[in-house]
Amino acid sequence: MSLFPDSEAEFLKAHFSRRSLLGGVAAGGIMATPLSALAQQSGGGAAEITVANAHQAPIPIVISNFGPGIGNQMSEVISADLGNTGLFRVMSGDIPTGIQPDFSALKARGVRAVIAGSATGQGSVRVEMRLWDVLVRQQLQGTAYTASEGNWRRIAHKIADVIYQRLLGEAGYFDTRIAYIARTGPRHHQTTRLALMDQDGANAHILTDGRWLTLEPRFSPVGPQIAFLSYAENRPRVYVYDIDSGQRNILGSFEGISYAPRFSPQGDSIILSVTTRSGGSDIYVVDLASQRRRRLTGSSSVIDTSPCFSPDGRQIVFNSDRGGSPQLYIMSADGGGARRISYGSGHYGSPVWSPRGDIIAFTRIHQGRFSLGVMNPDGTGERILTEGFTVESPSFAPNGRVLTFCRQSAAGVGGSGFSSNLGVIDIAGFNERTLPTSTGASDPAWSPLRR
Amino acid sequence: MKLNTFGALGLALALAACAGNSDQGNTSGTGQDTSAQQSTNTGPVPGSEADLVASAGDRVFFQLNQNQLSSEARATLDKQASWLARYPQVNVMVAGNCDDRGTEEYNIALGQRRANAARAYLEAQGVNASRITTISYGKDRPSVDGDGEDAWAQNRNAITSVR
Repeated sequence: MSLFPDSEAEFLKAHFSRRSLLGGVAAGGIMATPLSALAQQSGGGAAEITVANAHQAPIPIVISNFGPGIGNQMSEVISADLGNTGLFRVMSGDIPTGIQPDFSALKARGVRAVIAGSATGQGSVRVEMRLWDVLVRQQLQGTAYTASEGNWRRIAHKIADVIYQRLLGEAGYFDTRIAYIARTGPRHHQTTRLALMDQDGANAHILTDGRWLTLEPRFSPVGPQIAFLSYAENRPRVYVYDIDSGQRNILGSFEGISYAPRFSPQGDSIILSVTTRSGGSDIYVVDLASQRRRRLTGSSSVIDTSPCFSPDGRQIVFNSDRGGSPQLYIMSADGGGARRISYGSGHYGSPVWSPRGDIIAFTRIHQGRFSLGVMNPDGTGERILTEGFTVESPSFAPNGRVLTFCRQSAAGVGGSGFSSNLGVIDIAGFNERTLPTSTGASDPAWSPLRR
Repeated sequence: MKLNTFGALGLALALAACAGNSDQGNTSGTGQDTSAQQSTNTGPVPGSEADLVASAGDRVFFQLNQNQLSSEARATLDKQASWLARYPQVNVMVAGNCDDRGTEEYNIALGQRRANAARAYLEAQGVNASRITTISYGKDRPSVDGDGEDAWAQNRNAITSVR
């Protein structure tokens, strides 16, 4: 039985991959094994390139074609992953597999690194890749991946992650997904569906039927779970959705609206807000195993919301109007010692702590305009990354290097001109781009690296 | 307290969705569909949503970032309370809404604050608390399309609808 009325099904067919509409998403099944090194002409030198200011100097890299069919598509995915970071300059070139590249010729072209590879087999595919450092004339990485053919995009993302890590010295973020809210329909009454896609926009599919307003998906840092807000039965509250099993559970039991969920760094509890009858909003932590809840803030009519743990779990950044207007505050994980950290012009909201721990991203609203910025956890060093009519809901990639966020344009008479998209921007404030989604989109949440 | 499984509810939702309905809660929450209940000859059905709109007005408005009830808002709520006294069998939902110049999450709380303000006033006028439920749509169900001071002013509201 279809879970959707015919009109919906037609819409969905046109806009989303129908693979696993409400069901699970195929898990990994990718095996990686090291490739033995080819004969070296010369060795020595550092095996890792460190780029002090990657913004000014993107790394020139040749990504050769992995062969016909899937190989060709994989090369395109790897090139797009790396090129989209703004940290690499992807160049064309055919590098033969099985022998060392012509380092002198590559060096003369200004190339710093080379990827050679091949993809063979049908049904089960074997992909070999070698990463070479042109300057030190050395293989940095040689890996063979075997997986079912349907996983070819994931293999490509994993290869891009390896290249990113070996050349930049930090983990990549390409074998990840983004949960978001797919939006359709008129501005005043948008249909909202929980949706999931690869970080590059591929494999988009939806998880809820759009009958009820649905917002604020948030990934577990450890498991295949998404917490989100659903208005099901006109009772807005937080649910926890298991991507693999498709099971949805109500989180906790609250009289007010429960909303703004975020998982703890260990993934064993969720911090969220609950509205009160006196016009306020309190912050709670709910333990997932026991469903036991603990209230961290609460003072009559003050709104405390958008809580987010620091990656070490010891502090919480949140949004509060206790001082008269919405501002950012930090308190300890047990709810004590709150102090304000935002002091720029206007109002602040939707803070999120970087997985690196070193900065907090936020939304700022001043004179009716939104901006997206980052600041140090002590409130110093505020930097605005981008601005717009509406830019909000930042979410960090698992390595903390880039943010995804929601960008909306102003609506004219009758809602004309309104758009809602997902943006991505480097935390250095450059290389902003729009993620491809086939419908309107908001509320992005970046997953951890897949396993 | 164990996890409540969503199975039965999920099935119910899916079956209802097959009937082709869209987001039910919002239609009633924003009071957009009142005309459907109207009879062309005799006026609104007594005790209906359309009757509430015609007799009392279904919504009150708020200043930027505020939940204080203006004298105009109190006058509207007075009429709503009188109307509710006339139809003691009718229950209502008060939905709080915001303009889109705040964050999504803060606005959910702010909308609820507005709904609470309207509910508290209705209760103070003698409406039994058990007849009133509240909800907040934050900035996600604007009454008026468009972005400008006029639209924002109309979208900062609390809308009473018949349940």
